[in-house]
Amino acid sequence: MSQSIIQTEKLIFRYSAEEGAAPTVLDGVSLSIHPGQFVAVLGHNGSGKSTLAKHFNAILLPSGGKVYVDGIDTCDEDRLLDIRRQVGMVFQNPDNQIVASVVEEDVAFGPENLGVPSQEIRERVDAALAAVGMTEYARHAPHLLSGGQKQRVAIAGVLAMRPRCIVLDEPTAMLDPVGRKEVLDTVKRLNREQGITVVLITHHMDEAAQADRLVVMHDGHIVADDKPALVFQNVDGLRTLGLEVPEPVALLYELRQNGVDVPLTALTVDECAGVLKKLLRGVISQEQI
Amino acid sequence: MAAIIETKELTHLYSAGTPFEHTALHAVDFSADPGEYVAVIGRTGSGKSTLIQHLNGLLKPTSGQVLFDGTDIWESKERTRQVRCQVGLVFQYPEYQLFEETVYQDIAFGPKNMGLDSDEVDRRVKQSARFVGLEPGVLEKSPFDLSGGQKRRVAIAGVIAMEPQVLVLDEPTAGLDPAGSARILDNIRTYHQEKNACIILVSHSMEEVAREAERLVVIHKGTIPFSGPPAQVFAHGDELEAMGLGVPAMTRVFARLRAMGVELPASVYTIPQAREAILAALHRREER
Repeated sequence: MSQSIIQTEKLIFRYSAEEGAAPTVLDGVSLSIHPGQFVAVLGHNGSGKSTLAKHFNAILLPSGGKVYVDGIDTCDEDRLLDIRRQVGMVFQNPDNQIVASVVEEDVAFGPENLGVPSQEIRERVDAALAAVGMTEYARHAPHLLSGGQKQRVAIAGVLAMRPRCIVLDEPTAMLDPVGRKEVLDTVKRLNREQGITVVLITHHMDEAAQADRLVVMHDGHIVADDKPALVFQNVDGLRTLGLEVPEPVALLYELRQNGVDVPLTALTVDECAGVLKKLLRGVISQEQI
Repeated sequence: MAAIIETKELTHLYSAGTPFEHTALHAVDFSADPGEYVAVIGRTGSGKSTLIQHLNGLLKPTSGQVLFDGTDIWESKERTRQVRCQVGLVFQYPEYQLFEETVYQDIAFGPKNMGLDSDEVDRRVKQSARFVGLEPGVLEKSPFDLSGGQKRRVAIAGVIAMEPQVLVLDEPTAGLDPAGSARILDNIRTYHQEKNACIILVSHSMEEVAREAERLVVIHKGTIPFSGPPAQVFAHGDELEAMGLGVPAMTRVFARLRAMGVELPASVYTIPQAREAILAALHRREER
């Protein structure tokens, strides 16, 4: 168990019912996330994916089963600060997460609350802003930044707490394509260069395709958990769950439906172009047509 | 065809006369025809929200004109009021604007304000609920007991209930899962077809606008650099990318293939088009 940064064991969660039976949002979820992984979580609205994410730093506590963060039971109230130090959360709406009127003060908010000495806060804030590429905006007012920049400030605020894991709940839902790319590139860089574990909850298939591991949630259960290239091969299965596949996979799937023998593993535009080039040059053998 | 909604040299300055003065729109000529499906694309801060807020008189031009059906919407107070019923605007995240006790009352709010009698209000509420695929049983529920996707459809129904000739939607699928997005886009298409309404869809998804719209209008730094059918606009791939917009994934796949010397058409932007183009290319090779 010590290997997992986050581990859930038969996690059950129900919202407390004011009247009648409470719906079960998570129904026996067992998942273990290892340090340094980049895990994406997909699922339709109401599948339980955000509820699951909120268990990863004890915003929600299980109704049944267990959640361990670096081996600490999240129900252990005395260890709450330790848990929050390990796992930081970034939410969908950047405007709801920014508290200060100057970028660097906002980033300093977390470590100040942890009682970090002021000299070290300075170092942490500078390092966090550099890590998200926002150093030159340190003294700017956050409300004048773009959505992508605000989300990067929110990520810097989490980084300044020096977590081992960052959980992002649909961080790009409100952003334009440039903002989305800024946030995704930042997250991938933190994962690769600093070894920070990343859990990304998303509705964007192309973002999920960039993770090392893809978990699919449906009605409070995990229904798939594998490399994205493998999960996305099950095109019909995902569509039954109200999900989609990245456009390159969707095209290759359509071609297969028309009897063209192409693999479904090309997740990106470049990979897809590579497969199609081989096909059109006749390297891949043809069954029909 | 005469435009149903049109802007002429529309310029809008925010905080005019202060050190924060900022020109959001520079002499923009935008127009949409009756029954047309137009998508507006642009980065955050490009001026697209400012533009659509002029279309039903929420913002007043600093200079220039907004015309509905050929006449200025600011001609008289009465005219502005009429236009607000004829040009329906669905904001981003409209589900946060629901406030009534029941879904029925929420959808009825607009038509009631138009002064319609209760039979007509009733007909419109039921028809709009049908357009957005809400079951009759949902009408008596509190809007706050619904799922995110359902709430958003209630909010759209509330605007559709005014039976606007122009329906403007600002990122109606943001934050929804693929099935939820597909439903909303279906609802919009149904309204478009059954009422022959003009749709103006603001979206960040190039794939979405490629599938849905007949014409794309690109907004960049308060001007309209490109406007035309998707194939024509997406042919400006490099310029769009420089504006932070990009082109649909299929267009990028085909651009890569053509760069590798594979002979393929340049005007592909949706999956069905891509499938047909690849199958045709395979067929040609077979014949050789």
